[in-house]
Amino acid sequence: MHVTSSVRPPLVTGGKKYEDVTQDICKQVEGAPSTAWKIAFTFSLVILFYGGYCLWTTWYEGIGMWGLNKTIGWSWDITNFVWWVGIGHAGTLISAILLLFRQKWRTSINRAAEAMTIFAVLCAATFIIAHMGRPWLGYWVLPLPNAFGSLWVNFNSALMWDVFAISTYFTVSLVFWYVGLIPDFATIRERATGIRRKIYGALSFNWDGSAKTWSRYEAVSLVLAGVSTPLVLSVHTIVSMDFATSIIPGWHTTIFPPYFVAGAIFSGFAMVLTLMLVTRVLYNLEDYITIEHIESMNKVILTTGSIVGVAYLTEFFIAWYSGVYYEAFAFQNRAFGPYWWAYASMMTCNVITPQLFWFRKVRRSLMWTFILSIIVNIGMWFERFVIICTSLHRDFLPSSWAMFSPTMYDVGDYLFTFGFFFTCFLLFAKYFPVINMAEVKAIIKSSSEHKK
Amino acid sequence: MKEKNKVFWKGVEELHNEPEFIKNNLNEFPASVLAKDEASDESAPDRRDFLKLVGFSVAAATLAACEAPVKKAIPYLNKPEEIEPGIANWYATTFAEGGDYASILVKTREGRPIKIEGNKLSSVTGGATSARVQASVLSLYDTERLKGVQSAGKASSWEVADAAIVDRLSKISQEGGAIRIVSSTILSPTTLKAIAEFKAKYPTTEHVVYDAISSSAISKANAASFGKAVIPSYRFDKADTIVSFGADFLCTWGAGDYSADFAKTRKLSKNKKTMSRLYAFESNLSLTGSNADFRAPIKLSQEGLFVAELYNRLTSARINTEAVKNDILDKAVIDLLASKGKSIVVSGSNDVNVQILINEINLALGNYGTTINLNSPVNYRLGDDEKMNQFVDDLKGGKVAAVIFYAANPAYDHPKAEDIKAGLKQTKLSISFADRADETASLVEYITPDHHYLESWNDAEPKAGFYSLAQPTISPLFKTRQAQESLLKWSGNNTDYYTYLKNNWGSSILNGGSWDKALHDGVYESGVASVESAVSSTFNTSAVAENISKVYTSASKGIDLKLYEKVGIGSGVQANNPWLQELPDPISKATWDNYLAVSKKYADDNKLKEGDLVEIKVGNKKLAKAVPVLIQPGQAPGTASLALGYGREKAGKVGTGVGANAFALATIQDGLVQYSAFNVTITPTGGFSQIAQTQTHHTIMNRPIIQDATLKEYKANPAAGRFFPTVTTPDGKVAPAKVDIWKDQHVQPNHKWGMSIDLNTCLGCGACVIACQAENNVPVVGKKEVINRREMHWIRIDRYYSSAAEPKETGVYFKGEGDLELPDQTENLEVTFQPMMCQHCNHAPCESVCPVAATTHSTEGLNQMTYNRCVGTRYCANNCPYKVRRFNWFKYFDNGEVFDKNTSMNTALGRMVLNPDVTVRSRGVMEKCSMCVQRIQEGKLTAKKEKRKVKDGEINVACAAACATGAITFGDQNDPESQVSLENDDLNKERAYAVLEELNVQPNIFYLTKIRNTQA
Repeated sequence: MHVTSSVRPPLVTGGKKYEDVTQDICKQVEGAPSTAWKIAFTFSLVILFYGGYCLWTTWYEGIGMWGLNKTIGWSWDITNFVWWVGIGHAGTLISAILLLFRQKWRTSINRAAEAMTIFAVLCAATFIIAHMGRPWLGYWVLPLPNAFGSLWVNFNSALMWDVFAISTYFTVSLVFWYVGLIPDFATIRERATGIRRKIYGALSFNWDGSAKTWSRYEAVSLVLAGVSTPLVLSVHTIVSMDFATSIIPGWHTTIFPPYFVAGAIFSGFAMVLTLMLVTRVLYNLEDYITIEHIESMNKVILTTGSIVGVAYLTEFFIAWYSGVYYEAFAFQNRAFGPYWWAYASMMTCNVITPQLFWFRKVRRSLMWTFILSIIVNIGMWFERFVIICTSLHRDFLPSSWAMFSPTMYDVGDYLFTFGFFFTCFLLFAKYFPVINMAEVKAIIKSSSEHKK
Repeated sequence: MKEKNKVFWKGVEELHNEPEFIKNNLNEFPASVLAKDEASDESAPDRRDFLKLVGFSVAAATLAACEAPVKKAIPYLNKPEEIEPGIANWYATTFAEGGDYASILVKTREGRPIKIEGNKLSSVTGGATSARVQASVLSLYDTERLKGVQSAGKASSWEVADAAIVDRLSKISQEGGAIRIVSSTILSPTTLKAIAEFKAKYPTTEHVVYDAISSSAISKANAASFGKAVIPSYRFDKADTIVSFGADFLCTWGAGDYSADFAKTRKLSKNKKTMSRLYAFESNLSLTGSNADFRAPIKLSQEGLFVAELYNRLTSARINTEAVKNDILDKAVIDLLASKGKSIVVSGSNDVNVQILINEINLALGNYGTTINLNSPVNYRLGDDEKMNQFVDDLKGGKVAAVIFYAANPAYDHPKAEDIKAGLKQTKLSISFADRADETASLVEYITPDHHYLESWNDAEPKAGFYSLAQPTISPLFKTRQAQESLLKWSGNNTDYYTYLKNNWGSSILNGGSWDKALHDGVYESGVASVESAVSSTFNTSAVAENISKVYTSASKGIDLKLYEKVGIGSGVQANNPWLQELPDPISKATWDNYLAVSKKYADDNKLKEGDLVEIKVGNKKLAKAVPVLIQPGQAPGTASLALGYGREKAGKVGTGVGANAFALATIQDGLVQYSAFNVTITPTGGFSQIAQTQTHHTIMNRPIIQDATLKEYKANPAAGRFFPTVTTPDGKVAPAKVDIWKDQHVQPNHKWGMSIDLNTCLGCGACVIACQAENNVPVVGKKEVINRREMHWIRIDRYYSSAAEPKETGVYFKGEGDLELPDQTENLEVTFQPMMCQHCNHAPCESVCPVAATTHSTEGLNQMTYNRCVGTRYCANNCPYKVRRFNWFKYFDNGEVFDKNTSMNTALGRMVLNPDVTVRSRGVMEKCSMCVQRIQEGKLTAKKEKRKVKDGEINVACAAACATGAITFGDQNDPESQVSLENDDLNKERAYAVLEELNVQPNIFYLTKIRNTQA
């Protein structure tokens, strides 16, 4: 039987030509910053400086500026850390796994998603350093040769694994992202004059555009995609082991690795959507980031959100089924204890509302997608808060049970990472090509309609 | 070209090339220049030496002319023989504060007293120290002590002040003006002799003794019953049944330390399966009540009726008072009748009639001569309320010309403080020996500050015939002078007090005994407690019945208020001691505050929440400040209680303004100070003030963290109440310790340090907490940080309330996971104390998670913390199932700018108390109990130097050493003969359990099950 597959809808709409692509993307880099950009950038800087003040105070005075106590040693700090690391995951997934699976729709969004990954990982790293009592000695967690004799790090510690996981992840993501940027920098260089030409020329490593260079570029991309792919799974697996390898009820759970990975992709895609929906409108990129893109991503959110939901229910089942009282109590306490509202927020935002994406109308609605993408990230923040704080606050000995309430420095340090993230992202959006021109050009003529 | 053939030569020797010349020519410098003159003296300087010396001298002179930084540490010119840097010196001395007494050993390092331990040679205290005694070493270094004599609020000199005082005293004495010396109980016979000398010089002098917390009624009752105005000594260790009516004898009652004796009756082992039984009838939940087997919450307004009822039930004689019914009283009657001659009935009331009844009860039970000894009275409370009242009236009436306050602060702690304040203005001369310008001293003309007791020579006679000596452990820090010396000087006797004391001992105490030995031992015990002969009493039945009926009634519907003493602050003398302020109350776990404890019912009825501020009025007396409400389980309905010793106005930066002064609510009835009041008015102000508690969840949630049983069950099965967790494996259910992934990771070939903590003898007093704080340089964090749940104590005492379990449920845990909330029903309340510190797990969860290996396991079983390596991720604290790790949230060692109450670290003087063997931790690092590793090291080194093994008992940790009841035993678990091994593996093998055994973290600390004597 001869089967002819249906004609695929074009990935880029509006009948764009190569020149249009160059024009559309480069004009943002070349033109003067728009008012909207200026306002957003100022706002980000204000948050950055306020947060910077809070962070500085925390470092100067001590961790006591936060609301932590003898019972709750981690709360917002590690919640924020895991949240940011999770957000980063979408970038890697899109650029690595989707590349290997030949999902060509990824080309329109991978650049911004990867940038987001890098900034998110930097934000997460802020908390790795900031949560330390003596951050100036933070480098001690690296297995550096030292003058202290045979003093070495503790390879048994999940935090140690974190150090390796996050630093590898950051390095690979950065290289991957930058390699992808090289041909586009060259494009901008070709159109620029004067000092700009020199800068973009340097950034493009004097890209010459020869066939051999392109071939090497493709090869490097593929190799990096191969290297990144396990990272998508490993990074959050290892982050989850910070909790899974402990003995605290609510932390000591073998389900954590897959559940954390799903949650990370879930939140990462939501964040990509939040950012891309805004960029798309501001930069008039509707033809590049189409409703099809948005729908595809919403499907991923729906899937991973449901995985996360199942994981939540499984945890409860196991807490009962295991017969371990401390575990059972920890989960009862999560749902019905003093932090019930955090648990309820998590369940609503992560499990219930994303189910709306079963409806095609919702999936394809920009407004719904935008709202839900934000809700998902609120939910994912609460998930980490629920895991970290409500497990710690009532553990084994009731004498030490305590409550946590954040101070302005907890909030301020979180805001700092927002300020940092958006400042970086806005600078990126202004000075770097937000869409991978080279790769988009490769998919313009993907459909047979155009081939004619 | 003609060749040049000219030869140049320096001399004919060269021209002729003589062999001598060739030889010399090889040396560039002729020997005559280089070599010293062989013939001259070798040591004589030559030209080069001279130049060297000149050069050096010039350089040295130049350098010396530069200003060198001034070093404040001045080395000894001649090293004192007894001071060896790094090696502690111990001195035996005596703690006496009012009538509170302890014979102690003081550890000094490089001349600084840094730690107090009990003196085991004393048969009065048996080596027990209380939290207050432990903390008193910090009071020595209080920067707010006066630095010299003060005259009218200004610094003066001793010469000027002495001259003026003597002059005016003589004048007043000649004019016949009354001179009064007002003091708290003075235990020191030599001080009393000095006062007598003063009296002889100024015959119009009278010595007025009062106690801030009075026990006058007991001596008055004894005077009435037996003609002896004394407080007898009690032998709680010989009692099988003890009934206490509001007498908190395990805490502060009568200042005697009876907890050690009591604990002896609670100690169990395979060889001793009997226990005393303690009944408590009280309004507030006291330390005694919380250790009672049966506790009945009663209203204070019925206390007399209960005592009368007990009397009626025990004797054939009856007194005619209103009858009361109580199940627990019925039980007590049965037990008391069964243990005649082996029981004690005590009351904390300061009502003579109640105490007379108590005497009669004890007499009827035949306790005199067995458990109560009137012939060997204690001197802890010698105050006479009536005499004090007379003094206050005289003072107010302008009849007192001169007054000298010695160890007394009545403007703060007397119910008539206002009268005293007003009256003081009418005196011609007023002097105080106070160490600071406290509430009283700030009103007097001269403050002639006394030494701190650690700077003083003194003696004490806590019990007739039992003496102890106090010697200085440091030179006086300030220009203070011993009060006794001042008194002697003013009496015209210029002997220094040391000589005076020594002479007095030689002539009237030692009876030929050795002074040096007495000084070395700290105690000299000559008196043998004579056995009581048959006691008969005079008892006016009808008068007592009438008086009891007048005061007590069960019809009272109002709220009764009890003013009680806390184990830490006591009467408030040491209120400026931050260690004591931050010591959690054993029951409420509150710090830095006093509060009105009310029952849950009262709070519910009046819609009061914990922390709501209330105003309290007793008659027309009002508390100066609103206090927060604390809902206290076990508080008798219709009663409230408030701690004394707070609300100091002039204690110093630490103590001033903490809480409200409850002495203002004490009343005087029939000449005696009453610490209970009926029908008080409590008015909410609408304000709120959070109480800083170190524990906010109070039930055990039915978890096997506390494992308990009744005596009956224990007798039947020594392992009663134990929880034996199992882990399911392919081979069936096994004990958690059998499941192990570590495979001989931790071997302890030499020592394996561990502890045994007997929940039966831990009474919850908290002395260990302060001992640990002093030993290990633990910072004080203040009220705000305690509210933030960040106290730093390395050892804490967890206190759990529970309703009495059904007998059949002993050993059943996790059932329904217990109560989240406090039980409303408080009749059957049970209290358990559990000291909790680092458990030194052999499979420590904290060790495996530290990324930088800052916490590791030693080969001796210790879980070690390497502060230098810690980067402060707090992962270890999170992963600690016992939550015993403490994080340095701020730089506590140097936070004087934001919090000035951590005086042991933030004042140059205060830092002298720090233990040089223990690191002061910096900001951002984790800390926790080290099992006093510095003591272990010291003990091991001593043993090593003497080429022997460490002996059991040679090393002891601070908490165990401070524990009066011996509830904590420390030692080497590898030594089967050690006390800790005996406790855990032999004597109480079945009772020993590891908390959270199911986690298989394998702690080195074991607890012995709590056995309650509710069923025998």
